Amino acid sequence: MSRIIVVTSGKGGVGKTTTTSNLGAALAKHNRSVALVDADFGLRNLDLLLGLEERVVYTAIDVLAGECRLAQALVKDKRIKGLVLLPAAQNRNKESVQPEQMKKIATALAKGYDYILIDCPAGIELGFRNAISAAEEALIVTTPEVAAVRDADRVIGLLEAEGVNKISLIVNRVKPLMVEENKMMSVEDVLELLGVPLIGVVPDDEKVIVATNRGEPLVLGEYESVPAQAYSNIARRLEGEKVPFLDLMANQGNIFSRLRRMFGG
Amino acid sequence: MLNMIKRFLEMLFPWKNNTDSRNRAKSRLKLIIAHDRASINSDMLKAMREEILDVVARYVEVDREEMEFSLSNDQRMTSLTANLPIRQVKRLSELKENLTENSAFDLQDIEIVETERGPEEANA
Ligand SMILES: Nc1ncnc2c1ncn2[C@@H]1O[C@H](COP(=O)(O)OP(=O)(O)O)[C@@H](O)[C@H]1O
Ligand SMILES: [Mg+2]
Repeated sequence: MSRIIVVTSGKGGVGKTTTTSNLGAALAKHNRSVALVDADFGLRNLDLLLGLEERVVYTAIDVLAGECRLAQALVKDKRIKGLVLLPAAQNRNKESVQPEQMKKIATALAKGYDYILIDCPAGIELGFRNAISAAEEALIVTTPEVAAVRDADRVIGLLEAEGVNKISLIVNRVKPLMVEENKMMSVEDVLELLGVPLIGVVPDDEKVIVATNRGEPLVLGEYESVPAQAYSNIARRLEGEKVPFLDLMANQGNIFSRLRRMFGG
Repeated sequence: MLNMIKRFLEMLFPWKNNTDSRNRAKSRLKLIIAHDRASINSDMLKAMREEILDVVARYVEVDREEMEFSLSNDQRMTSLTANLPIRQVKRLSELKENLTENSAFDLQDIEIVETERGPEEANA
């Protein structure tokens, strides 16, 4: 049975595309076949994060127009077996795709892949409806900030109204030091507000940006890093494993916070 | 230099100077989210209210002026509370007529809670 999962958030810039690329790579590492679908028509960038931009020939629009077969449009990631990307068109009118068409594509991909991960655009208009049209499950990405959490709640409500009831939460860009100083909401705070189950916590980490610059998902990199570990844990939880959440505070070497903890502050 | 010392002290004793933006964010969000969840479908709420009233009105006479309809949230559970003061319970014969007209409704599935006003007026 393959799973069609949409990665969505409402708000832009919270880490949907970063999450999609890393989860895709992490699942492929677990010997799963994964098709990543860029549903952000007009503003595609999943190809960039994966470092596959040079190899894009056809896009989803070409498939829908009958200009190529679905299999021809898929870009295979040569670094890892089982990972492919269906790119979005960059220059076509994004209004030209309809939910029914996206659903057709995702359902066709589901015949050949274990996971279909759909990278949703920001907003709750047509692009959002396209991206969720085929989804049976959703991963909500948010950051511990007021606007992101509010938008996440709106999107959860819309998904539930559409009958997508398997919804899990990823809290991205957590800054443990700020949380400790009561300057940022904690993961628990966000969970309490949104009331959907947690599937991942990813720290704010400059390695994420470095990996983006390289076009190489963190989980495919040579070195172990906390965010890479976080993504690979999410993949394992998707696979049904019980994996404890990372203690982000453990890796914080800030002398002040250590002093404070010593004094019981 | 003075600034550096100040920053150092702030980092060492954050509570001195901190406005606790974490809890501000949380309490603001609680309000915003409750509002968002309830106001997304105020049109739907209105339509639903009319339909529920129509169904209830088949069995009892409802005080349309006094009734209350409200949405509230607890975690992801949003609940609808309807308070419908009953003026008069309809007679059985009347009910049966209505029921044959509309056999989709099973009497046993509808629980009618009478308010204090109900029986009084029914007696009057
Ligand atoms: N955990 C993180 N730590 C640091 N930077 C991050 C993290 N997650 C995302 N970013 C950065 O945030 C920006 C937006 O991320 P992106 O995945 O494109 O968001 P979206 O797809 O939701 O618009 C990117 O520049 C990305 O590198
Ligand atoms: Mg994106």
